[in-house]
Amino acid sequence: MSGAGMGGAGRRVWGLVYRHLALYRRSWPRLLELAYWPVLQMLVWGFVTAYLAGVQQNTASVAAGILLGGVLLWEVALRSQMGFALSFLEEVWSRNLGHLFVSPLRPRELVAGLIAMSTLRMLFGVLPAVLLAWLLYGFGLFALGPVVVLFFAALMMMGWAVALGVTAMILRHGAGAEPLAWSVLFGLTPFACVFYPMSTLPLPLQWVASALPAAHVFEGMRIVLLEGRVDTGHLVAAFALDALWLVVFARVFLGQFEAARRSGALSNLGE
Amino acid sequence: MNDAVIRAEGLTKRYDATLAVDGLSFAQPRGSTWGLLGGNGAGKSTSIAMLLGLLVPSAGRITVLGQDMAGDRFSALARMNFSSPYVALPAKLSVAENLRVYAHLYNVRGAEARIAELAAELQLTDILDRPAGQLSAGQKTRVALAKSLINRPELLLLDEPTASLDPDTGDWVRSWLERYRAASGCSILLASHNMAEVERLCDHVLMLKQGRLVAEGSPAELVSRFGRDSLEDVFLDIARDRRVQA
Repeated sequence: MSGAGMGGAGRRVWGLVYRHLALYRRSWPRLLELAYWPVLQMLVWGFVTAYLAGVQQNTASVAAGILLGGVLLWEVALRSQMGFALSFLEEVWSRNLGHLFVSPLRPRELVAGLIAMSTLRMLFGVLPAVLLAWLLYGFGLFALGPVVVLFFAALMMMGWAVALGVTAMILRHGAGAEPLAWSVLFGLTPFACVFYPMSTLPLPLQWVASALPAAHVFEGMRIVLLEGRVDTGHLVAAFALDALWLVVFARVFLGQFEAARRSGALSNLGE
Repeated sequence: MNDAVIRAEGLTKRYDATLAVDGLSFAQPRGSTWGLLGGNGAGKSTSIAMLLGLLVPSAGRITVLGQDMAGDRFSALARMNFSSPYVALPAKLSVAENLRVYAHLYNVRGAEARIAELAAELQLTDILDRPAGQLSAGQKTRVALAKSLINRPELLLLDEPTASLDPDTGDWVRSWLERYRAASGCSILLASHNMAEVERLCDHVLMLKQGRLVAEGSPAELVSRFGRDSLEDVFLDIARDRRVQA
């Protein structure tokens, strides 16, 4: 793909994506790493599900659905967030930001390129796990119906929003903030209600959970599995929260980008 | 000077109590090669970072290629480029892949032909498929130059273009830059510690000390004005406060 015929903005975004694709083309360990954790998580939870189903002698398919569906969908959010933040960190580690930021690449195009890479990395990481869950445990995530695409979209958007915040922290604090790229979304797992209903949480934590798009996605997933219907209210809440999170964190990112231009951090990042 | 490729007016950068650049003003004519000279910490790299839009000035105004850099800097950035041995290209990508990335970022038409043309001119053809991280210092400098010329820039900013090169390779790069400037009419602003390089390449020199412009003129004028034998002597006079004339 040459990128010829694209508009200027599209071509610049493609340039950034091409840079990362070229990196992956040359490094099979990087490709393997993308799928490693999602597959490992799925295997562990798949065996837990099989064990519990054997012990309880009931509702095996529902239990499998709730646990495996939760694991796989939460990986969508995790991989999206990491895919965005780690693609940015690749530029920091390669000390390439000085060239990128004096090119005509606009900050919004940088974000678009990172979102594109996040999507590709997430698909490459999660789809093998989805396939294995079907082969090993007979759990088909896409059997949830077309709504699973909306679940994917809502979780990806949440991942991008969090990654924008993480990237803003890296712009502000440099290398000291790098571990956030791996850890920050794990910290939200208890409130995302991946494996249990929101009502399980104490009331104050339910308020926290209800502000997370992911919590509404997992409530919606359980309703599909247990009641066989799509709850529009949770979907609307998830996307509305996503929009809010994206607006807020995009402003934080752009504000921090300009602050880094004032402080000189932009030219020193990675050193 | 109406046809200035760079116009800096009262350019100032302050970091808390430190004044990195203090009221720098100049107007570089199109087609010229100017040098920014000064010791470590004189404000050269800070000035270049501000000219590139990488750093926001605390005060002052920059116009590059007719564009106010405080406004739409991206229009100017598309028509200029930059090279520095201190800013790397992704080491795992091949030379060709790196150049392709920047051809996309600068929206270069006929990217593959342009890469082949630059590879031939800068003797990169044999190393196009090698990872950038496996190149020698001289090869890296030539690749960085190719990257900086990928969009046929009207203005080229070079930060110590021959730093860490052996004399032979450094001379090759300087000769190449002379030929390129003559053929393209490109304006060049280079920051350097290498006085011989500046004398050879630059029509005009801006001498900075502690962020301030302390002397300027052609290399010959400066040598004559300071009554010295070489630009290096002038540099040492200024650096050691032996005599300072604006």
